[in-house]
Amino acid sequence: MRVVVVGAGPAGMAAARTAADAGAEVVMVDSEPEAGGQYLRGRARFEHPGVTHLKNTEVWMVEGDSLHLRGPGGARLLRFDALVIATGAYDRPLPFPGWDGPGVITAGAAQALAKQGVTLAGRVIVTGTGPFLLPVATALQDLGSTLVGVYEASSPTRWLREAKAITANRHKIGELASYRKVLPRLETRTAVIAKHGDRVTVAKLDSQWRPISHRTEHADLVCVGYGFLPRTDLLPNASRTHDFLDVDDHQRTSVANVYAAGEVTGIGGADLAEAEGVVAGAAAAGRRPPAKALEAVRRGRLFAAALARAHEVQPGWQTWLHPDTTVCRCEKVRLEDLTDATSMRELKLTSRVALGRCQGRICARNAAELTGVPFDGQRRVIAVPIPLGELAELPEDKS
Amino acid sequence: MHPDVVVMGAGIIGAACAQALKARGLGVVVLDRHGPASGTSAAGEGNVLVSDKGPGPELDLARASRALWPELAQDAEWEEKGGLVVATTPSAVVPLHAFAAAQREAGIDACEISVEDALTHEPHLNREITAAVHYLQDAQLNPVKATRSLLRGIEVRLAEVSTTDGRSVTTSDGVISCGAVVNATGPWARDFGVNVLPRRGVVLVTTPIPGTIRHKVYDADYVGAVSSGDADLQTSGVVESTQAGTVLIGSSRQRKGFDETIESRVLTALAQRAIAMFPMLRNVPVMRAYGGFRPYAPDHLPIIGEDPRTPGLWHATGHEGAGVGLAPATGRLLAQLLTGEDPLVDPRPFRVDRPEVMV
Repeated sequence: MRVVVVGAGPAGMAAARTAADAGAEVVMVDSEPEAGGQYLRGRARFEHPGVTHLKNTEVWMVEGDSLHLRGPGGARLLRFDALVIATGAYDRPLPFPGWDGPGVITAGAAQALAKQGVTLAGRVIVTGTGPFLLPVATALQDLGSTLVGVYEASSPTRWLREAKAITANRHKIGELASYRKVLPRLETRTAVIAKHGDRVTVAKLDSQWRPISHRTEHADLVCVGYGFLPRTDLLPNASRTHDFLDVDDHQRTSVANVYAAGEVTGIGGADLAEAEGVVAGAAAAGRRPPAKALEAVRRGRLFAAALARAHEVQPGWQTWLHPDTTVCRCEKVRLEDLTDATSMRELKLTSRVALGRCQGRICARNAAELTGVPFDGQRRVIAVPIPLGELAELPEDKS
Repeated sequence: MHPDVVVMGAGIIGAACAQALKARGLGVVVLDRHGPASGTSAAGEGNVLVSDKGPGPELDLARASRALWPELAQDAEWEEKGGLVVATTPSAVVPLHAFAAAQREAGIDACEISVEDALTHEPHLNREITAAVHYLQDAQLNPVKATRSLLRGIEVRLAEVSTTDGRSVTTSDGVISCGAVVNATGPWARDFGVNVLPRRGVVLVTTPIPGTIRHKVYDADYVGAVSSGDADLQTSGVVESTQAGTVLIGSSRQRKGFDETIESRVLTALAQRAIAMFPMLRNVPVMRAYGGFRPYAPDHLPIIGEDPRTPGLWHATGHEGAGVGLAPATGRLLAQLLTGEDPLVDPRPFRVDRPEVMV
């Protein structure tokens, strides 16, 4: 029985350990040189009996019962009996005038650099929505940056409606304390809506995120994060909701023998990801998932659902753009270039939005909302670019 | 108000029919489940080719279309890039030259050129090629933009059609009465009574390398793959750039119903064929792959005309991988037959009551 886990963040590591402890032969594949994923980047020391960790290895396609890998040893096919997708999520930026210029990066990129000890800039702003902004701001401040502000677009009062989720996840309140150094810089119902050089336009927003007043701040770097988009490329045909993979209570996806755990199923933090990993790992190895993990998933999902509601992106962001504001950076598509279309495919092929190097990972969702075209999730057959020469010499023998 | 004609399918063929009918003063409504160019039309390369067709009715239709396209495709990235067909083995030289000679007889600009000249046209072409023919008339357009251009000023409704009797269509939104119905549903045309099957094709798209490949370049064995009826996977090398600088790599043909899965063996075969023609492509990354279903009639000829079993029901389908190239003449022919004008090409080869077509 071989269980293959894709992704070595909290969910993937938990799934790999649990499946190995249940007696499965486990291979954990990850594109990074060390385990940990985005959350524990470089800080996880993963070693577990029964788990082979394939580092620096990308999975570019799932085909039947096999994965197509690209790694230090070249291309290979890896067969599985059960597969756990724990590929996580990446930040969603929202466009505004100047977001495509220098000095604007995603909050996730800022945090990743900070975890490597890179000092990014003198004066920084973190803007977006969701609790993730606080650790990013803290990390930047700890490295010596001057934190001009942490701007949360949503209103904190939205959380008052979520008493049930908060009660079930009290420990999350405790986490706030670790960010106390940046809390004085936190402004809610606020966002960066333009950046020209180091002049940053900061607006107060109404409940729909339309600007009601604005001021100018000076900053060298603006870090943007409006929630997360799941990395679901390996399962283009799986059932999804708002692009997140649908799973049942054993973390099974709609694809036979394929499980999913962590942020790829919904955003709920590392502890929920880890609990989902335990459930997926056990189920993938043919065991009954432990009751404790199932309960942690249940509680965590209450929090995840509350988080999604409280920090839902509001449509007023669309008023931040001018006609010449870039929507798609790869193909240099501006707001005024977006055509009137009925489907995502029609929109792409008439405006070239989402057809560039990032394959719409950054812009497709935003372009869909700007045009009112249904966002159908993106079906990418090839999850990472692969040279033609490698495609021409794909191995046929499965290992 | 009842429309004179309801066109089922807002792909390139449905759009061309609607445009030609409207130009003759008829009131037209186009229905589609997913909107303009949401199926086969958006899943190809936008080819307007004469090079891949031997003398016969399909070439006549292609030539007539080629004459109509430049005016219709002004807003659709129309590019008269020309085609370059190359032989890659010594044994392929004589058949390629014979094919080109027959096309010249039929009025096609098919110029035999030397290997050196071919390398001047396409500097990155494999120096091992054995022969080349330059087709000046081959062109390319953006099929989604072209569909939208054709549909300008025509009402398109999002609706799925369940049945039609030629005088009305029953949709998810109710019944629409009309004077005539055009079945332009491409690979799904079988639902309305003609023997059209889906044939799967896959295209690879590379990262942009502008200016590297200038023509549509393909291996002479492509013509054989197009006209084959085999269900098994067939591939041949077809390589061209788009205006965005990406390179499109085809072509594959496979009959496996409406199965949307893209198989790695197809990607491998396409990559091998492309590298054999342009060795420099070896190091160019593929960004994405897409697939579509081509409407395929068993005798490889489009179906254009009225259904003798259901008066009022007209078909315009079965164009396989050549729908973009054949669309304007198909639309015009259908509109001419429907309104009683003299047809621009002989309509008999495309008639509906062919034994292979009636089901």
